[in-house]
Amino acid sequence: MTSLIPPYDAHAVWVAPWTEQLSLYGWIAAMGFAVAAACGLVGNYLMLRRMALMGDAVSHSVLPGLVVAFLVSGSRSTGPMFVGALAAGAAATLIIETIHTRTRVKQDAAIGIAFSTLFALGVILTVAFAGQIDLDAECVLYGEISFVPLEPMVTLGGWTLGPEPFVRMAAVAVGVGVMILVWYKELLVSSFDPGLARSLGINPALLHYGLMATLSIVVVSAFEAVGAILVIAMLILPGSTASMLTTRLPKVHLLSLLHAALSSVLGVSLGIWLNCSMAAAMVVAGAVLFGLAWLASPSQGLVARWWHGRRRESVEQPAPGVGV
Amino acid sequence: MRPAITPTVGWLEARAWLGYLGVLILGIALAAPAQAAGIGDLVEIHWAEQATRFFTFQDATVRYALLGSIFLGLSCGLLGSFIVVRKMALVGDALSHAVLPGVALGFLWNMSKDPMAIFIGAMIAGLVGTALVSAITRTTRLKEDAALGLVLATFFAAGICLVTMIQQLPTGNKSGIDKFLFGQAAALGADDIKLMGAVTAVALLLVVAFYKELLATSFDPGFARASGLPARWIHHGLMFLLAAAVVIALQAVGVVLVSAMLVTPAAAAYLLTDRLHRLVTLASLFGVAAGVSGAFLSFVGPSLPTGPLMVVGASFVFALAFMFAPRHGVIARWWRRRTGAARTRRENTLKSMFHVWEAAAFRAEGVTLTELAEKRRETLEDAQRLGRALVRHDLATLSGDVLYFTPAGKQRASEIVRNHRLWELYLTNSAGIAPDHVHEDAERIEHVLGETVVRALERRLDYARVDPHGRSIPTPREIHGDAGLTDESKPRRKS
Repeated sequence: MTSLIPPYDAHAVWVAPWTEQLSLYGWIAAMGFAVAAACGLVGNYLMLRRMALMGDAVSHSVLPGLVVAFLVSGSRSTGPMFVGALAAGAAATLIIETIHTRTRVKQDAAIGIAFSTLFALGVILTVAFAGQIDLDAECVLYGEISFVPLEPMVTLGGWTLGPEPFVRMAAVAVGVGVMILVWYKELLVSSFDPGLARSLGINPALLHYGLMATLSIVVVSAFEAVGAILVIAMLILPGSTASMLTTRLPKVHLLSLLHAALSSVLGVSLGIWLNCSMAAAMVVAGAVLFGLAWLASPSQGLVARWWHGRRRESVEQPAPGVGV
Repeated sequence: MRPAITPTVGWLEARAWLGYLGVLILGIALAAPAQAAGIGDLVEIHWAEQATRFFTFQDATVRYALLGSIFLGLSCGLLGSFIVVRKMALVGDALSHAVLPGVALGFLWNMSKDPMAIFIGAMIAGLVGTALVSAITRTTRLKEDAALGLVLATFFAAGICLVTMIQQLPTGNKSGIDKFLFGQAAALGADDIKLMGAVTAVALLLVVAFYKELLATSFDPGFARASGLPARWIHHGLMFLLAAAVVIALQAVGVVLVSAMLVTPAAAAYLLTDRLHRLVTLASLFGVAAGVSGAFLSFVGPSLPTGPLMVVGASFVFALAFMFAPRHGVIARWWRRRTGAARTRRENTLKSMFHVWEAAAFRAEGVTLTELAEKRRETLEDAQRLGRALVRHDLATLSGDVLYFTPAGKQRASEIVRNHRLWELYLTNSAGIAPDHVHEDAERIEHVLGETVVRALERRLDYARVDPHGRSIPTPREIHGDAGLTDESKPRRKS
């Protein structure tokens, strides 16, 4: 057991990554932040619309698209990979819709069938063509954020922006942020009051498919860094932590960015200490933050609830809890 | 008597059973050899040879892999049925990802793949995960889907942390713990098989023993509560069994795809039957078929992970059911819609003939195609086509270009016209709708009104003879005529 958890060295865990090893871990943390920020911003709207598990479905089902695109184009260039992944994401949505509108199988089961089938096909293809493909099956699940290449650096007008994958991810994050700023009112209204949105002339289908397309782009860009399953955590954790602390959507956005930053920094430290998968450590750190918010949120945390419940109990008998 | 989900008629059941038999045979006949051939070529070994080796249990590994996939298919199909009818498919997904840290901790217990330690660890992790989901949905404003996704991904991440840590250990590298992600049926040992058999037997026994309780709580929670069934305990018990089924399936299917083995066979069975006991039986059969074919394919191509192959097998069975299911399949539905549309077209033709005949005060013997075409505002060719359709169904005879009703055709035409006019009268008199707004609705309903409803409508309208537009409503005597009276229609004369 002792050999499992490496000895704790405060300097190596907390100081070294941000001083002498900054050129490595700084970029990993920045990459983690870009992924978590892009995912978290999109994830807020997924959760408001009760589509959190569409992220699950899309992230699993892009795999065969990536593999096929890779086999066809023979390179890992971004363009074909995006096309393949988007096609696979669209195929997943189509299969889910077909199954649950044409038969009596419910939507949850349809999601389960569609993504598992596509993911299974993707894994089989990955393994069968392992020689020709630069993806291994485990990396597909949890990514390899610490092996994201740091070379070549992208430069723009004399400024060094950073390693190519980071720049791509950061661009996606900024793009998502700008889209939210531009269409904030439409997103807000249609997420909270679809009826009002329709009466204001907002096209709900257009917004829905726009959101799904954005989700696919974010998931595909994040795939390399965090894999198919951890991306779900990146989609859900920032928003759910933020919504424990506030009920205002702008604040939810800011808090989820804060959560993204904290979880990537803490995740790097945790990953260094435990010497485990960096992306998984970021998710664990993010989950710990969620746990703290759940416990200690002033308005709806467990402690506050317990406190209010105790105060109320002295006045009136509480209503019996309803089971699940 | 077992309560039926929906009542079914004897011959329909028989046909449905034949249907699934067909699907099953097709599935077995097509799935295994066709795919095996492809992968067999890939590794350049003849698949038939491999198949004989596999199905004759020549070596222990094969025997274990086969037995293991039978057990896991059986238990997953059995319990998955309840997941599908209770709409908890995503709970299965969360549960299956949440067991990973437990697997790693069970492995750490004595640094080996001791099945019992892993089983206990994974069970605990799975149950803690599901408990957390319900705690989060109960105490926060997060919705269930967000809570499921959160727990699923967090537990999975914790598991990945542990797995990558174990792989750093000197002994960890050869441990085969990474096989738990995608599954390797060939890695099953004698102890695994004993555990899988025990869990499957317990699950089977419990489902049989508490069948009625499961049935009631799945389909009618209100009734179940009213009859004093402990619905919550049944739910917890089911979750416990599900966790056990997921855990025993892990080694062969892998953490990532276990949920598909729960959902897909059961969803395929759900398309084939309306009865829970058949759903459970079929789902178990499909689970076994998927499991065995996956294990076999992974045996043929040893580098291929078992889990994805089993899942693809299950999805193949689902695709067959989706297309060919006798009642809920896409082809059956399309056929029903098509034949329904053709029947409606024929009945509309008969109605037009009746109108022409009525306009001639019922004196003319036949209706010419030209008259029919004019009445329907269509071309002569269309009228010819419609007339021929009537002739094919013995509703009319065509001599030259004159259509004559057969007795059956005349009766059906009068019925349609009566249905139409009765409904218009009913909407006008009883529902207070203006007479000029009732035609469209009557156009649709005239084809589907049954005799019982017609009797009730006639009674309700005091056997009125005239519709809101002043035309007469054919009476039963006019429709059936004294000569054409059949036994079945005799009682109707009382009206």
